[in-house]
Amino acid sequence: MNILVCLKQTFDTEERITIENGKINEDGAEFVINPYDEYAVEEAIKLKEQHGGEVTVITIGPERAEQALRTAMAMGADKGVIVDLEDLGDQVDEHTIAQVLAATIREEDLDFDIILCGYMAVDDGSAQVGPRLAELLEIPHISTITKLTVEGDKVSVEKDVEGDVEYIDAKLPILVTAQQGLNDPRYPSLPGIMKAKKKPLTRLELDDLDLDEEEIAAKTEIIETFLPPKKEAGKILTGDLADQAKELVQLLRSEAKVI
Amino acid sequence: MDFTLPEEMESLRRIVRDFVGNEVEPVAQEIEESGEIPRRIVQMAKEMGLFGLSIPEEYGGLGLSMVGKCAIYEELGKTHNGFTSLIGAHTGIGTVGIVQMGNKEQKRRYLPKMATGEWIGAFALTEPSAGSHAANLKTTAVRKGDRYLINGSKHYITNARDAHVFTVMAVTDPSKGPKGITSFIVERDFPGFIVGKTEKKMGLNGSHSCELFFEDLEVPVENRLGEEGEGYVNALKILTNGRAGLAARNLGSCQYLLDKSIQYAMERVQFDKPIIEQQAVLHMLADMAVETETLRSLTYRVAWMTDQGMNVIKEAAMVKLYGSEVYNRVADKAVQIHGGIGYNAEYPIERFYRDARITRIYEGTSEIQRNIIGAQLIKEYRKRS
Ligand SMILES: Cc1cc2nc3c(=O)[nH]c(=O)nc-3n(C[C@H](O)[C@H](O)[C@H](O)COP(=O)(O)OP(=O)(O)OC[C@H]3O[C@@H](n4cnc5c(N)ncnc54)[C@H](O)[C@@H]3O)c2cc1C
Repeated sequence: MNILVCLKQTFDTEERITIENGKINEDGAEFVINPYDEYAVEEAIKLKEQHGGEVTVITIGPERAEQALRTAMAMGADKGVIVDLEDLGDQVDEHTIAQVLAATIREEDLDFDIILCGYMAVDDGSAQVGPRLAELLEIPHISTITKLTVEGDKVSVEKDVEGDVEYIDAKLPILVTAQQGLNDPRYPSLPGIMKAKKKPLTRLELDDLDLDEEEIAAKTEIIETFLPPKKEAGKILTGDLADQAKELVQLLRSEAKVI
Repeated sequence: MDFTLPEEMESLRRIVRDFVGNEVEPVAQEIEESGEIPRRIVQMAKEMGLFGLSIPEEYGGLGLSMVGKCAIYEELGKTHNGFTSLIGAHTGIGTVGIVQMGNKEQKRRYLPKMATGEWIGAFALTEPSAGSHAANLKTTAVRKGDRYLINGSKHYITNARDAHVFTVMAVTDPSKGPKGITSFIVERDFPGFIVGKTEKKMGLNGSHSCELFFEDLEVPVENRLGEEGEGYVNALKILTNGRAGLAARNLGSCQYLLDKSIQYAMERVQFDKPIIEQQAVLHMLADMAVETETLRSLTYRVAWMTDQGMNVIKEAAMVKLYGSEVYNRVADKAVQIHGGIGYNAEYPIERFYRDARITRIYEGTSEIQRNIIGAQLIKEYRKRS
């Protein structure tokens, strides 16, 4: 079975985010595999253990993102592809990423029976790349899965729908995106880490792919980046309900200024 | 001078740090209270390859340099010392003898299973009559054809409750003193091998040290480690090799205590301000930081010297001595900064305070380390003049 995993390197979830000159400051930050992508990697390795085959991990990111691929390889992935889009600067959004992933898969002749992604990245939180990629590759997709079984070309999944479970049968080839609960990602073994650095890694840049820069340019624009307001102590209103409602309306007007 | 670790070492260290923080730390209090390390944790450590740190790659281990091992020990030192001790004793004194002095056959038989942790290793030198005076062994080994018959006893042997493979020192020729001592690889199920009671200790809960009794213990000749008469030197070599590693574990514990103490001093308010704003408290933290950093430098320096194949008898004794003394001073200050909570058994600080204490005693007491350093100083002086 040929298994592809698309993953992103993101800030460690325990990292404190600071903003400098309107941009998120990366100095000294620790980076990890996006937690949802880590479920995808684990599931891919499990599929390989059950059915045989090969797991290829793909990422788009700067040089440091190689670390995330090496970690996935230490967990058991066989090879990696990293695409550096430095040339595009800020002109990158979910549309761009999906286009570049699709082009990479096509042009690197990466055969696949199944593609796994995290359902979203914890930094941008868009949850778009997986479904967009499936559309571009003209294959079906199922998002936010919490269980996956593959037999022959038959695929059965359990999908999280706002806390309920939906059972879906489908066929390979398919793209699925991982929700929390899909599995418990293994720790890479220490010998695995030593071996990972010898596994094959392909490095690509935009020029290596047959893409029209204008066509893949971001369709969205970031206007401002700011931190969420500091959490302040809450207020508990008292008194009879009519008075509370009155006070609430007044506070929403004068303090929160939302109405 | 370049003090940065190679990238793959950093990767190893990061994974061990994650494992320690996410898996071991949450059960540290449970280990302390039950005296047992949850099986799940030990199993995970085995699957990660933590039991194979010292074993060459060709035998299924990681074959790490001393510097690499110290980076991992430092991370392991940041959690429950009983857990640290299980892995430290196995990968240190428990396996190093076979790695360094074993022949091909012995390595093939023991190392692959020790690398996966299927077989846990222990080191059995100390006896009731032979503590600091380690050469004063009463356990004897007498050759009978193709086997040795060993009689005697050992005590305080770390990992003995669960270990399968023991490096045992015994006297083959009582007329020769230290030169009459020989080392053996002994398996738990050899006839005549008896594991006695598990010692009750001040700390290191979850790490089990036991008495051993040998009653006509039968050991095949092919399990002799090195030649007859080499056992005492072997034991000293194994202990010397382990010293930087022990210091690295202590270093990790110091860093943990320093971090916890800074955090607490920032949060704890007395006299309307955080206690870190009291100079007396801040100075304690400064002293802890200086000693921890000094220990870090010395530890990696001795590890590096070991990797270069340099003679480190003196420096290994220094780092063992300094590492345990600093750990005890840092733990004492950590308790002081934490006040009542530092003395409370439901918080980790008092556990580190107790666990620190053993480091000045085992693998050669602080006094014995000073004796070694002093003897080396005299030797060096005589050589110069
Ligand atoms: C928890 C634990 C785990 C251990 N694990 C192991 C193990 O895995 N394998 C193993 O072989 N051993 C192990 N030991 C034994 C340990 O190495 C000895 O306890 C240690 O070497 C001290 O020996 P002793 O207890 O007999 O003390 P003693 O040697 O009786 O020392 C008592 C005191 O006298 C001092 N002293 C003795 N001689 C001198 C001297 N010449 N100059 C100055 N001061 C001196 C000592 O420094 C000490 O302060 C362990 C011990 C403990 C407590």
